[in-house]
Amino acid sequence: MTATAVGGGTGDTRALPPTPPGPPAPTRRRSARRRGYLVFLLPGILLSVGVIVVPLVMTVGVSFTRWTGIGRPQWIGLRNYSRLVRDENFWASFEHIALLILAMAVLPTLIGLVLAAVLFDYVAKVVGPRTASLLRAGLYLPQVLPVAVSGIVWGWILHPSYGALNSILDRLHLRALAVNWLGDPKYALYSVMAIMVWVQVGYPVVMFMSGLSRVDPELYEAADLDGASWWQRFSRIAVHLIRPEIYVVLVTTTIAGLKIFGQIFVLTRGGPGNATLVPSYFAYKNYFEKAAVGYGSAISTVLTLIIVLLTVVFLRIQARGQRMDGS
Amino acid sequence: MATAEATRATGRHPAAPGAKATGRRRQGRGPARHVVLAGLVVLVLLTVAPLLVVALNAVKSPADYAAHGPLGMPHSVYLRGIADFWNRVDFGRKLLNSFLVSAAVAVGGVILSVLNAYALGIGRVRGRTWFLVFFLVANLLPQEVLVYPLYYVSKSLHLYDTLTIVIIIFIVIQGSFGTYLLTSVYASFPGELLDAAEVDGAGRFRVLWRIVVPVSRPTLSVLLTFFFVWTWNEFFLPLVFLISSDQQTVPVALGVLQGERMMDATTTSASALLGIVPAVLFFLIFQRTLTRGVMAGSVK
Repeated sequence: MTATAVGGGTGDTRALPPTPPGPPAPTRRRSARRRGYLVFLLPGILLSVGVIVVPLVMTVGVSFTRWTGIGRPQWIGLRNYSRLVRDENFWASFEHIALLILAMAVLPTLIGLVLAAVLFDYVAKVVGPRTASLLRAGLYLPQVLPVAVSGIVWGWILHPSYGALNSILDRLHLRALAVNWLGDPKYALYSVMAIMVWVQVGYPVVMFMSGLSRVDPELYEAADLDGASWWQRFSRIAVHLIRPEIYVVLVTTTIAGLKIFGQIFVLTRGGPGNATLVPSYFAYKNYFEKAAVGYGSAISTVLTLIIVLLTVVFLRIQARGQRMDGS
Repeated sequence: MATAEATRATGRHPAAPGAKATGRRRQGRGPARHVVLAGLVVLVLLTVAPLLVVALNAVKSPADYAAHGPLGMPHSVYLRGIADFWNRVDFGRKLLNSFLVSAAVAVGGVILSVLNAYALGIGRVRGRTWFLVFFLVANLLPQEVLVYPLYYVSKSLHLYDTLTIVIIIFIVIQGSFGTYLLTSVYASFPGELLDAAEVDGAGRFRVLWRIVVPVSRPTLSVLLTFFFVWTWNEFFLPLVFLISSDQQTVPVALGVLQGERMMDATTTSASALLGIVPAVLFFLIFQRTLTRGVMAGSVK
């Protein structure tokens, strides 16, 4: 990829004239301006080849082999993939991811829209901007914690025997509600989902509030004069104008959801049974616990394909949205 | 914004005492206002509650916890739990490791981003759109697809279980994001500045060091901050690469200790608090940088 990109040069959309081999004087000045920069890209190219390109190609290659990590990989063609399609754990891990994307991308975006609008449009104006930013900081706090640490916090709070939640429920004489939040396959995934909403909600709130501050207040005033209700103003003007932020939040959180590892590792290790198994942890287990490197590579390759495809689709949608705004 | 609001406000209800002090009249809708505000405050309190409960129990003696449960106020501030945990896992060492890795990645990542973005955004080398797509994808790739070959190769290079390999990998991953972001900033870099330098006969490197870097310093400080915090919080790759206890970073050390038998409620709280405090400190320190940087970006 890198090699073709160096030689290709098709992507340069700048309005520079094509530079023929022996250019006349003015053009030579321009090409001279462009010369001598490639050397600055060299460290980036070399490091990317070593850390990204080669490992990526190796993983895709290994996904067609059987390999324990020792000795020579044995070529088995597509057998890892056909095994993957029949592996119910693999499908389960993607079902769990779908629910986790709901908890990490969709719900936080919806909740974040409402909270951002209330904070920006109501609290900041009626109570004061300092109160609004204080409340915003509180909602954002879970975002600054390392994933492992938020996992520890919740792992303890939800612990069946010494966790805070069950001991509170106990004291309120609600023993019946005190279940094994993370240890019971019936509840584990939902508990993780609730934790992820808690982790994520601050991010859209901050992004959307900064987006809302771009909105020209005159638009609101015009809407007020037209007798628009607060809800109409919110849904017709605000949501429309902060669409770029909504896209960015949805893309980044969806991809974060597909990649989730840390919380699962700390909270449940994919269990109980496989109740909270996710693709990244599934791959990790195959690499480092089962020494099934070929199979783990196949899982990673599928996950990578999904993420790259999703990125392309989102970039397309976003580009189309921008073109429509521009016209 | 505030003045526009003030002129628009009808002041049907001369509202709270705070408003009187500023002399500004605000639209308040009586009870509705209090309900919305109270709801939000409760929500925010619920959000920070888990962290407060952790802090509360981290400074409680096990006996106190056993007697009064997780919500009772600590009868005396008991720091033995934190100190014991600190010593048992050699937490100072973990903090130092985390700091070394994060600082090295932040600096290295910014340097790499600047070099790449200089060539792509200002130099406009050929095929730069493809380079940008590559760097974007490189940053979005799941680390699982890179980890095993990196693990395998680092073992044969004797870099496995060293901070160096983690630093190198994260410089490239964070630098990819930085390249993507910084290239768009540099693409609109004021051409007059570059032309003037060229007239003075300054070479490419001199222009970069003397003009481009100083002018873009606000953006670079934002990148530096992001890289530091992101690397501090990273879990997966450090978990795989840093296995011996004296190489571990804070999240890895805390993460692998979970589920060990020696953990009880107060020890777990103590360990969690030790993970929370640096993160919140960075948040408070860096918020200023970020606010300034974001503002500098919007002025541009």
